[in-house]
Amino acid sequence: MPDRTDLIYAYDGSFVGLLCCVFESYAQKEIPSVIRPPGVQQSLFDTAKWIESDEHKADRVFNSIPARISSQAQELVKLGFLTCAPHKELLIYQFLRLGFTYGSQVMTMLTNDTVCALQKAVHHLTSESHKFKGFVRFSVYGEALVAVIEPKNFVLPLLSLHFCDRFRNEAFMIYDKTNSMALVYRSQKAELISVDELTLPEVDATEVEYRRLWKQFYTTVAIEGRNNPRCRMTLMPKRYWGQMTELMHD
Amino acid sequence: MIIDIYDKLTILSDSAKYDVACTSSGVDRNGKLGSIGNAVKAGICHSFSADGRCISLLKVLMTNVCIFDCKYCVNRVSNDTLRVGFTPSELAELTINFYRRNYIEGLFLSSGVIKSPNNTIEQMIKSLELLRNVYHFGGYIHVKAIPGADSELITRLGLLADRMSINIELPSQESLKLLAPNKTKESILRPMGLISTKIQESSTDLVKFRHASKFVPAGQSTQLIVGATPDTDHKIITLTEGLYKKYHLKRVFFSAYMPVAEHSLLPSVNTKPPLLREHRLYQADWLLRFYGFEAKELLDEQHPNFNLQVDPKCNWALNHLEQFPLEINKAPYEMLLRVPGIGVTGARRILTARKSSSIDFSGLKKMGIVLKRAQYFITCKGKILDGLKITSDGAIRALMANQYLLPSPYPEQLSLFNEPFITREDVQQCLTGQI
Repeated sequence: MPDRTDLIYAYDGSFVGLLCCVFESYAQKEIPSVIRPPGVQQSLFDTAKWIESDEHKADRVFNSIPARISSQAQELVKLGFLTCAPHKELLIYQFLRLGFTYGSQVMTMLTNDTVCALQKAVHHLTSESHKFKGFVRFSVYGEALVAVIEPKNFVLPLLSLHFCDRFRNEAFMIYDKTNSMALVYRSQKAELISVDELTLPEVDATEVEYRRLWKQFYTTVAIEGRNNPRCRMTLMPKRYWGQMTELMHD
Repeated sequence: MIIDIYDKLTILSDSAKYDVACTSSGVDRNGKLGSIGNAVKAGICHSFSADGRCISLLKVLMTNVCIFDCKYCVNRVSNDTLRVGFTPSELAELTINFYRRNYIEGLFLSSGVIKSPNNTIEQMIKSLELLRNVYHFGGYIHVKAIPGADSELITRLGLLADRMSINIELPSQESLKLLAPNKTKESILRPMGLISTKIQESSTDLVKFRHASKFVPAGQSTQLIVGATPDTDHKIITLTEGLYKKYHLKRVFFSAYMPVAEHSLLPSVNTKPPLLREHRLYQADWLLRFYGFEAKELLDEQHPNFNLQVDPKCNWALNHLEQFPLEINKAPYEMLLRVPGIGVTGARRILTARKSSSIDFSGLKKMGIVLKRAQYFITCKGKILDGLKITSDGAIRALMANQYLLPSPYPEQLSLFNEPFITREDVQQCLTGQI
């Protein structure tokens, strides 16, 4: 198989598109050195090969993963695509190549650089999403709850099940500022929509009062003699503070 | 003076904060249409307070009125302080409104003893019934049982909660008699046994009848105060092991004693809380629950307290050098867990990775094994780490002890700097039991 070091794939940034890149590589017996999502700056003499998204091709690749590797590998690839790992496309591509060669055994190859990097990226994603299950702060606007988050990874798909189950009778929205997306849930239905900007109205007196009560509880519950700012910082890094009621300045 | 909800929250959370348990773990429960809330087995931390502790539940007392006179407690009857209480609907409104905003995972309800233990539990049942049946709250509830209450009432309370706890607080009967004259070992252990039996009955009922109500599905826990009495670590950790075995407790929490009262029988109010000692006890507790250790392997009559310089697992390994070095590619899971620097996750990863190829030191590093600590105890493919010199047991001991003189990643250990450093000789003496 020709291993051209300069082969660049460009795709539309969707998961389907990425799977089509994998399809193309196998169909053409060629190995890309870069898989580029849209919006990434290209060099002057860049001759990237455009890979068209095709549901049918993507399905073939996606369905072959549990058949030829394992369903755990399929899950890992799905989650890998939501991570903020640099060059996640190439990482997933290389993982699948390994998988199609070694079969289900690839999931035990923890000392392999590709497998190790992908597992780490996914772990970063899942632990960030677990943190947000606690750190998301809703404000009440009329009948609806609204929260803003600034995650590193694309955590909304992972948060969706949790919050929709918890707040079945509510109407809520979680706006992801980093990825300009929002999870919207109303009338027992959830959807992910793209939102470029969100301007929120002033909150009412009840909301202000509950924020005040929560801040007071937060301050009171700390034991002075055990003050330990470093420990707090490790468990709740400062990047989360901006959207958390108890740590916001009035 | 008008006392509003803000003042009540301040007073009743301030007096509840010395209860360290704030976990929301142990039960999975899906949300239901028409109700609010669910529960997640792993538990969720919603915030961390300035002392670095997890905030998961709205932790409050129903009231700080108390007829008991426990010397170590801020709510004791002899303490001159403002007494207030939540009404059931105030408590429910506060819980629901905090929960909707995702501030909390649920409620941790404790209480002072109002007229009698029974009367107090009746009030708590009233509050929780309102929350569960009228507000349809499906989130997590941790409730404290009051020592001395009737079993029928404790049973009703348990059907409304996810977790129930009774704090032992003082690890021996002598200490109880001196400092908590209204409590006895019997009044604490009897309800603990009752809860344990009820939990087991409930789980067999659930097998028989799908719709049987669940009695504290997330199990029971307790808390022991460390440093208020002369009880040794050996006594505490042996008691802890007994509680796990006999009463099937889910967790035993330790709380470094915070002097809140001046009393001739207690450490002076200027005493620093023994945070590092508390940390060592938690490490040992982890060893009991997840690492297959037994209390008698960690401490005995001759060594009744944990070494503050070396963690309990490392201490054990240094005293059992005849079992090392361990070959990473062959050692069974139970032994991997006993290597300093290898945790539960690390040991599982090693087992997984061994299926496809043999592991070397760089592979271990990739899997997140802390080689800095593990290196002295392992070989990979029969070899020790390149460049590592082990001359004698003494060298290893010194090397391990030296690591603890460096600023450590554990913030709790900052309290070390308030005391003079223990020298290498001290550590060796300590390890060989010459002190």
